[in-house]
Amino acid sequence: MIKFALGRLLQAIPVLLVVITATFFLVHSAPGGPFSADKAVPPEVIKALEAQYNLDQPVWQQYLNYLGDVVKGDFGPSFKYSGRTVNELIAAGLPTTAELAFYAMLIAVGIGVLAGVTASLRPNTMQDYVPMTAAMIGICMPSFLLGPLLVLVFGIYLDWLPISGWGDIPGDKILPSITLGTGYAAYIARLSRGGMLEVLSQDYIRTARAKGLSEPLIIVKHALRGGLIPVVAFLGPAFAGLLGGSFVVETIFQIPGLGRFYVQAAFNRDYTLILGMTVFFSTLIIVFNLLSDMLAIWLNPKLRQEIRGTK
Amino acid sequence: MAESVKDMTKEFEENGSSLWKDAWIKLSKNHMALFGLSVLVILIVSSLLTPWIAPYNYEAQDLDLGATAPSMAHWLGTDIFGRDMLTRIMYGGRVSLMVGFIATAVALVIGILWGAVAGFFGGRVDALMMRIVDILYALPFMIFIVLLMVVFGRNILLLFLAIGAVEWLTMARIVRGQVMALRNLEFVEAANSLGLSQWTIIRRHIIPNTLGPVIVYTTLTIPSVMLLEAFLSFLGLGIQPPESSWGLLINYGVETMEEYPWLLIFPGIALSLTLFALNFLGDGLRDALDPRTSKD
Amino acid sequence: MAILEVDGLKVYFHTRNGVVKAVDDVSFSVDSGETLAIVGESGSGKSVTCYSLLDLLPKPPAKVEGGTALFNGKDLLTCSAAEMRKHRCNDIAVIFQDPMTSLNPFLTVGEQLIEPLIYHPNRDQRQTRPAAKQKAITLLNEVGIIDAENRFDSYPHEFSGGMRQRVMIAMALITEPKLLICDEPTTALDVTIQAQILELIKQLQQTRNVAVIFISHDLGVVAGIADKVIVMCEGTIRETGDTDGIFYRTQNDYTKKLLDAIPEGPKTTLNRSHDSDNLVVVNHLKTYFKDQSHIKGSAGGRFIKAVDDISLTIARGEILGLVGESGSGKSTLGRSILQLAPTTEGTVKFQNQTLTGLSPKQLVPWRKKMQMIFQDPYASLNPRMTVFETLSEPLLYHGMATSKNIGHQVRQLMDDVGLAQSQLRKYPHEFSGGQRQRIAIGRAIATKPDFIIADEPVSALDVTIQAQILDLILNLVERHNLTMMFISHDLSVVRYISDRIIIMNRGVIVEQGKTEALWANPKAPYTKNLLAAIPLADPVAERARINNR
Repeated sequence: MIKFALGRLLQAIPVLLVVITATFFLVHSAPGGPFSADKAVPPEVIKALEAQYNLDQPVWQQYLNYLGDVVKGDFGPSFKYSGRTVNELIAAGLPTTAELAFYAMLIAVGIGVLAGVTASLRPNTMQDYVPMTAAMIGICMPSFLLGPLLVLVFGIYLDWLPISGWGDIPGDKILPSITLGTGYAAYIARLSRGGMLEVLSQDYIRTARAKGLSEPLIIVKHALRGGLIPVVAFLGPAFAGLLGGSFVVETIFQIPGLGRFYVQAAFNRDYTLILGMTVFFSTLIIVFNLLSDMLAIWLNPKLRQEIRGTK
Repeated sequence: MAESVKDMTKEFEENGSSLWKDAWIKLSKNHMALFGLSVLVILIVSSLLTPWIAPYNYEAQDLDLGATAPSMAHWLGTDIFGRDMLTRIMYGGRVSLMVGFIATAVALVIGILWGAVAGFFGGRVDALMMRIVDILYALPFMIFIVLLMVVFGRNILLLFLAIGAVEWLTMARIVRGQVMALRNLEFVEAANSLGLSQWTIIRRHIIPNTLGPVIVYTTLTIPSVMLLEAFLSFLGLGIQPPESSWGLLINYGVETMEEYPWLLIFPGIALSLTLFALNFLGDGLRDALDPRTSKD
Repeated sequence: MAILEVDGLKVYFHTRNGVVKAVDDVSFSVDSGETLAIVGESGSGKSVTCYSLLDLLPKPPAKVEGGTALFNGKDLLTCSAAEMRKHRCNDIAVIFQDPMTSLNPFLTVGEQLIEPLIYHPNRDQRQTRPAAKQKAITLLNEVGIIDAENRFDSYPHEFSGGMRQRVMIAMALITEPKLLICDEPTTALDVTIQAQILELIKQLQQTRNVAVIFISHDLGVVAGIADKVIVMCEGTIRETGDTDGIFYRTQNDYTKKLLDAIPEGPKTTLNRSHDSDNLVVVNHLKTYFKDQSHIKGSAGGRFIKAVDDISLTIARGEILGLVGESGSGKSTLGRSILQLAPTTEGTVKFQNQTLTGLSPKQLVPWRKKMQMIFQDPYASLNPRMTVFETLSEPLLYHGMATSKNIGHQVRQLMDDVGLAQSQLRKYPHEFSGGQRQRIAIGRAIATKPDFIIADEPVSALDVTIQAQILDLILNLVERHNLTMMFISHDLSVVRYISDRIIIMNRGVIVEQGKTEALWANPKAPYTKNLLAAIPLADPVAERARINNR
């Protein structure tokens, strides 16, 4: 299994390279540099700033310099937040975004699987229609709609929960997590319902019944393993989506996390910050995809043996 | 002589019920799906006719009026510039729908070609092509799109391309899966043994049998694309004023939601309802076209 | 006292298209130590009958509409869910048809074996894991799994088909049930394995004195093991009786039809003289496939030698039978000859023209002279093309018909294969399996080929339909003077239809010869085993055979 993981990580390196290169040249090809937006700054100062940040060198040179730094783990200084390096900024925002993503994933998987499995046990009855319609609503209500609505209802009208910040006031983590996680909970609910329905119609479930096992045992021990396969497969893309979704949620709830930084960095043409965060996000996603793939393989005995080389 | 024999027996030939006909019958029994279909039709018609049927001029401002709650004159109220919300929502819908269809079309074309080639030729070609898909799937596309939008300015054309470039991946996977399954079926082998050319086989045997999942997935991609566009517009990276889309309207609505909640709620309902309807339609199509359940 | 008494059982399915009376007033009984065989074609209701006893039917469409099923006096149809669990665990066990899908692929075999013991509904009957494991291993040994101790921790996919079925048998017997229901347990197995499993079941029954209900579509299979037989058709019982009575003395029309449909002996029409020139010559043919089963590309991939150095000839006008069990390579050989599978080495000559090595384009004119009939009537027709389109395609493509006379030619084909012309505009899913096979045959003969390979053309059909299609094929071969290669795993069918037989195993030819000569005097041990394993619809002979083994 370790060989497999190493193999995949090695394969990830060219991918990261492509990501870095593409982002680099994309960003540098945009009209205007990081400092040209500030009209109040006289041209000589801009030139000096550019020289200080090596922006006056040919692009190829900058690219190679950057690569060299990245390999050492140094993403360079931020252009906009003077005096702070990208590494610092990422480190500052990471814990917040990580926590947000974690809670959202918890909600997504926890509620999603619960709803989906419940619905699959009595298909085409209320036990099925209610969760699935709720799920459909969840999918059709994007986070940037749900968030403000939740804020309106729970924050302003009812005044039960705080509507901004993260970790400042008790309870301020609730609304953002729900906002981010709901869409994914809905999708996972549908996935798990589909997966369970497929498994429950299999012959081996009939065998388990014929042996006299109780329904709860059959569902938990025999059906879940196969039924949740689609959910496990979705974990990777879900994570990538959560990271992207954090942009919006952090903006709405004024959370000082990576997502909000990223959007601002993009607007500000803060090259190094953009690059650093893109590379960072990509690495995270690749690692997470690897982990979820490994989980999927581990759950399937046939694949597990093939990977180990025993058969 | 042969002709007249043919004419005589023609009257006795019973008409068969193709799988499409069966599917339509099944679909028409699914109430939610029909609901979805009617919403889609209403939306398309209203979008096409908007310039003629919208109650007010799109840009007509009435600064004295300001933002007002729904009333007889303005069924959905007005925004802070006094512009009629119903009109703005109708125009916004036009744009959102247009982005939805065009971007989906882009995704469709790329995805089908890619998936069909990979699925049909298999072997190395397939391995390479799907590897690329796998890699792209794992990338933070959101991030790239944000970058693209910022870098190249708010060009609607680029918006379509960017969105299409994200959605084609899943379409490619679906088409490839379907084509591969078909390739192994015996009627394709039979076509081979008859000596039919590859192109004829693709045209007469593979494509008609791939249409089912493609149609389903296309119907499900449209809402996905519309969501993505709304997302970008919300962040300020998508449609730019003076054009507006539902995403942009929601953005404005959020800014003033405390004082004028209807500015958020109505565009919100419009978007959600459309997505809802399309998803149900897509689900209904999927059930209707599933060969497993077509013959009980 | 009978251990199971079923009286007036009615099970109906409430579907979208109306009510289907799957089981309509069925009554029978079984004693301990007795084997009852329920025989019928697909749709007869034989499986539904037995599943309803254990409440294993999907409840929304299915509903028990009436009748009683007394097991030791208690009615299975009206007992509570808790009581049903006890019956399922303690009293009645089921062996299902397909062991691959009937075992949970995610759990070890051992775990699945001990479940009924450690989760027993009666708490005082529950066993600890170590005790249960011991019992399981003993049972695995009894059913013939070698190295049972280690195999306990293996997964289902690590066993062969026959072994998996043995595991299922062990699993069924582990709680010492009083009634064993076997639902076509050998249908998915090779004929030699089938014989072993049948023997095993018989043996276990005698040791444990259980009652057995054996469901099958194959009368031959039940001849040797059944004490009583019930013949079902479309939900009703057509005949009940003891085995000898049913097989030798039946007066019932349907039973007679079933018995007649079993291919017996060689075909009687032997008026065909073959020319001595060879239509097809195969020389040292090899078709190897790369072993795809590794995820990481291992260096020097292994090869699967599907066809491993085979040479044969087929004379013009001859019907050559190709027999082999699953994995023998017979289908691959057929496809390789027709240039539908990529050959690795060797040559195939057709009418003195070497086909191997020709490009697809060069092959086109030859394609209309050789055709194939496939096994699966559901997959061999394009579901989106009408019968007319399917039949006209080959004719139009090869320029053998114009748009003016295509209608006439297609109608002629429909007559040839025995289908009503009024059905031309219908789609495949509107036909039955047998009718679809007729359409497939029509497509194959459309281009008036000289040579046809039939790859298990009747294996997926019910036995009465089988007989019709076989006769149709013979008819067509004679009328159009065709040369044919008939591939099948079913020796009786091959014997009925072929002039000469080739036996194949693991990619090589084991033996060949004229049909009757081979039958009377098989030389290779493999052939002998194969012939000895074929179930005959002759109870006396079958019993003698079982006793001799």
